Amino acid sequence: MMTHRTIRIPFGPQHPALKEPENFMFEIEGEYVVGVKPRIGYVHRGIEKAIEGRTFIQNLYLVERICGICSHAHTTCYTQAIEEVLGAKIPPRAKFIRTIIAELERIHSHYLWIGWAAHEIGFETLFMYLWRDREIVMDLLELISGSRVHYAMNTIGGVRRDLPPEMVERVRKGLDVLEDRTKYYKKIVMTEPTISKRTAGIGKLKPRDALALCAVGPTLRASGIKRDVRADDPYIAYDEIPFNVITHNGCDVMSRLFVRCDETFESISIIRYAMDHLPKGKIRIKVPRKIPEGEAVSRVEAPRGELIHYVKTNGTTKPERYKVRSPTLGNIPSLCKMLVGGYIADIPIVIAGIDPCFSCTDR
Amino acid sequence: MVRELLKHLFRSPATSKYPFEKKTSFKAVRGRPVWDMKRCTGCRLCFRDCPSGAIEMVGKGSEAEFKHHLDRCLFCGQCEEVCPVDAIAMTDEFELASYDRAGMIIEFKR
Repeated sequence: MMTHRTIRIPFGPQHPALKEPENFMFEIEGEYVVGVKPRIGYVHRGIEKAIEGRTFIQNLYLVERICGICSHAHTTCYTQAIEEVLGAKIPPRAKFIRTIIAELERIHSHYLWIGWAAHEIGFETLFMYLWRDREIVMDLLELISGSRVHYAMNTIGGVRRDLPPEMVERVRKGLDVLEDRTKYYKKIVMTEPTISKRTAGIGKLKPRDALALCAVGPTLRASGIKRDVRADDPYIAYDEIPFNVITHNGCDVMSRLFVRCDETFESISIIRYAMDHLPKGKIRIKVPRKIPEGEAVSRVEAPRGELIHYVKTNGTTKPERYKVRSPTLGNIPSLCKMLVGGYIADIPIVIAGIDPCFSCTDR
Repeated sequence: MVRELLKHLFRSPATSKYPFEKKTSFKAVRGRPVWDMKRCTGCRLCFRDCPSGAIEMVGKGSEAEFKHHLDRCLFCGQCEEVCPVDAIAMTDEFELASYDRAGMIIEFKR
């Protein structure tokens, strides 16, 4: 008689399916995963400590570099926290410009993710197509902000660059192309058997577990729970813009794909509305370099989920303490739940399913 | 499928042959910053605000000269923004690679 013994298999920190170094220790029984132990911290760069040694102005660019994909979400969260300590109200035009950039960033992040998910299941053509069309939104971001990745649009008290009408026209044209393409990709995601065979029913996360394990962002919404910081605790201009919170009830990787496809459409309509209703006026206010003593917590819905920043100031030009809770950290407990009970072959796509950003997680 | 194949046969590639074929860069792009030494008053604001320590000041006040370390620069444009006399401008120059670090130091003299 054979005894049941589990085998331990390390996954990462160097693994072709992972784009960033992180380690997961799997307990394997036959082809099934019976246990998983994540080990985070491989890309720890000490950013939180580094923030304490720099001025608030310098930190704008350091905070931006926590993440290469959601850089605008991080600076929005940072500037919001500092503005709360200051009691500063930013001009409405700045709020709308921040929203437009945030949504363009969401489109590019979701395009990137859908492409990557396609790559993980071996659908290279879709990956190439998506990353080609992602260039449209990257070019728009470069056009508006002057940089492809680190836009440096936010500053304490507003935004650094205006959005002139001729630029709005170009963004509109780009969005029309993107909408067409997203429709096409949604059709592919919904009808292509290559995708449904690899994603339907994979990485199940029941709504009850999603809530208990504090899942965030599209992962939570794909389990049918309507929760989005943009709607629940509106920041920047989200309280003035109508939009839907997208949910799907599949609870699997496929519904995570659907949520992200539909969120791209929502983002496009948010940007269009924001550009139609762009208020006139100043784009920034002058703020002092020394921030008074105080503390603040700020929340932002980054493309991957809820992002939390905490700042404590002591009346000087530098913060006393800074803390970042990234969406991926919130999703790791639910990721472990999804992996258990699945096949070894599905590990890459399930991990990819939460759109992990380990650099954000480890700071 | 045949239709799809034929369609792709006559399509131009999505990529461009970069060093030979250059994309016109957007006017808004933040490239290499340039100091206008005639205007500079040596107030040290750019030096103090630079997030990555890319700006080195030699001398003081209106005598000051600059060394710009391209290898440390983030191209964030904070120096341009903070300059009270508009002596710094971000150009659209972005091909700034060099084989050694010495080639990445650009001096601005009076």
